[in-house]
Amino acid sequence: MATVERKADTRELRETYARTLVELAGKDPRIVDLEADLMGAGGMGIFQKSFPERLIDVGIAEQSMVAMAAGLSFTGFIPFLHTFGPFATRRPCDQIYISCAYAGANVKICGSDPGVTGTMNGGTHQAMEDIALLRPIPGITILEPCDHTQMAWAVRTAAETPGLFYIRMYRKACNQVYAPGSEFEVGKGEILRQGDDAVIFTCGAVMVEQSLAAAEELAAEGIQVRVADCFSVKPLDRELVVRCARETGAVVTVENHFTIGGLHSAVSEVLAESGLGVAYRNVGVRDRFGEVGPLEGLLERFGLSGRHIAAAVRETLSGKG
Amino acid sequence: MDMKRLNETKALACQIRAETLKMLAAAGSGHVGGSLDLAELMAVFYGGRLRVDPARPDWPERDFLVLSKGHAGPVLYASLALKGFFPLEELATLNQLGTRLPSHCDRRKTRGVDMTAGSLGQGISAATGIALGNRLAGRDNYTYCVVGDGEMDEGSVWETMLLAPQRKLDHYMVIVDNNGMQIDGTTREIVDLGDLTAKAEAFGWYAVDVDGHDPAAIDEAILRAQAVCREKQRPAFLNLHTVKAKGWAKYEGQVGSHWVGSITEEDIAETVAYLEEEMRRLRAAV
Repeated sequence: MATVERKADTRELRETYARTLVELAGKDPRIVDLEADLMGAGGMGIFQKSFPERLIDVGIAEQSMVAMAAGLSFTGFIPFLHTFGPFATRRPCDQIYISCAYAGANVKICGSDPGVTGTMNGGTHQAMEDIALLRPIPGITILEPCDHTQMAWAVRTAAETPGLFYIRMYRKACNQVYAPGSEFEVGKGEILRQGDDAVIFTCGAVMVEQSLAAAEELAAEGIQVRVADCFSVKPLDRELVVRCARETGAVVTVENHFTIGGLHSAVSEVLAESGLGVAYRNVGVRDRFGEVGPLEGLLERFGLSGRHIAAAVRETLSGKG
Repeated sequence: MDMKRLNETKALACQIRAETLKMLAAAGSGHVGGSLDLAELMAVFYGGRLRVDPARPDWPERDFLVLSKGHAGPVLYASLALKGFFPLEELATLNQLGTRLPSHCDRRKTRGVDMTAGSLGQGISAATGIALGNRLAGRDNYTYCVVGDGEMDEGSVWETMLLAPQRKLDHYMVIVDNNGMQIDGTTREIVDLGDLTAKAEAFGWYAVDVDGHDPAAIDEAILRAQAVCREKQRPAFLNLHTVKAKGWAKYEGQVGSHWVGSITEEDIAETVAYLEEEMRRLRAAV
């Protein structure tokens, strides 16, 4: 059971990722961590201090790292690995597909700096299509946590559930969305804010915050927007998508990812099959490459800010039958 | 290897080669060259060098064998069936709809197959992970990985070539099936690999050249490499010199033998008869 309880927090999400892994590794000697020369970026220094023999830094060799993780899992270990999103997905995509998914490996991949949050590293380091690359892979679970409580749950769930997981991680400071102790379920979304005029489907720390800001802006105009957290991008909560679409009649998807292949695509697939004729818009990165810059500026430049989301909702409502 | 064991291993190599050919003929097509040239190595492995138990394919203490050149599945399937992992009759299902014996190795489908491979350059990384895992778990078992020489073109192979010595994986052996050929031509014509033994040595491996069709030489090289590597805390690299499609005169030593699109019972009859006769002769000598 999850309780929404928003609160300011200055801790970085990667701290929670690393601390949770260290805590789990303390109880389960099967947990190992693979790094590709970005140990500090993932906050995994504490893992190395606690379990030096179980942290394997392979150097800058992501393809090999992913297939090695598969091999480790076949000897009974539970390998986690982290690097920046593009290097965790695009670079070793075939290794993820064949050596992990197809071969039935128990591997947990964490890709950080999703979408425009790879701010100062720019377009080369911004995973705009990681979900699109991985979502078609049979059996994979894709989670994008939006706060510390959800991140800790995602890491625990990945460790305890056999199979291939991808955790899409915003690394930086992140406010609390859910009360500590909240529990989640793979394949189930959560309603962050009630409202019957329209529904926003979103996920991840940055877009959840922007979506809630948009909902507040619209509330001042008398428009009540429901915000649904689709942290389980795959499997998606189909029932929730259909129910919210039916009850509101107006849908907006919001994602820090290309609009092709990500949450918009996943929600569209469900809605197309549902037969519901709802008004629908999407907010996301539209067929263009990432760019360098500060987060606030990039959110504006790529049309992902609360302001843009609110505009998309208004536009959707104007087309609502 | 004493004479008795040598003859037994040679006989097994004949049998593996014959069963591989029959399997390929039953399928009507398949990867001939890179399967047939591994018969002696497989005979050494499944004749006893590999610590495996057909009754317990998931036994954690077993030696692991990763066939990174996954297209050589047929020769591994013949070896596994002869070892008792599954019935010999099943070999005829190669590449049939719903088979447990697909063209490329699949650990989820076939008893005794330790790694899924087929997309080249990945099995060697997975094998490195297996070797690491076995050591982390405190096991004394060995991890073997067979790669193709053409496969050495893949960049990810060299990621592992750098990493395994760094990690001092002294219970790990990579064996390259060096038949000098890849699909589009000889390796010298396409991407010249040069002296792989020297390259492996330069990367920090204990590396030796071995005649890939001499079971005694293969077995001795494995034993010696294991002893040296234990002492020096290095992984081992066997540069196995082979002849593509070895043992089937129609295709032996030919680039075009990688995949043969039409294989009939008639095509293989004479070779299979010879191999089976040779097998009987060697076993009688034992």
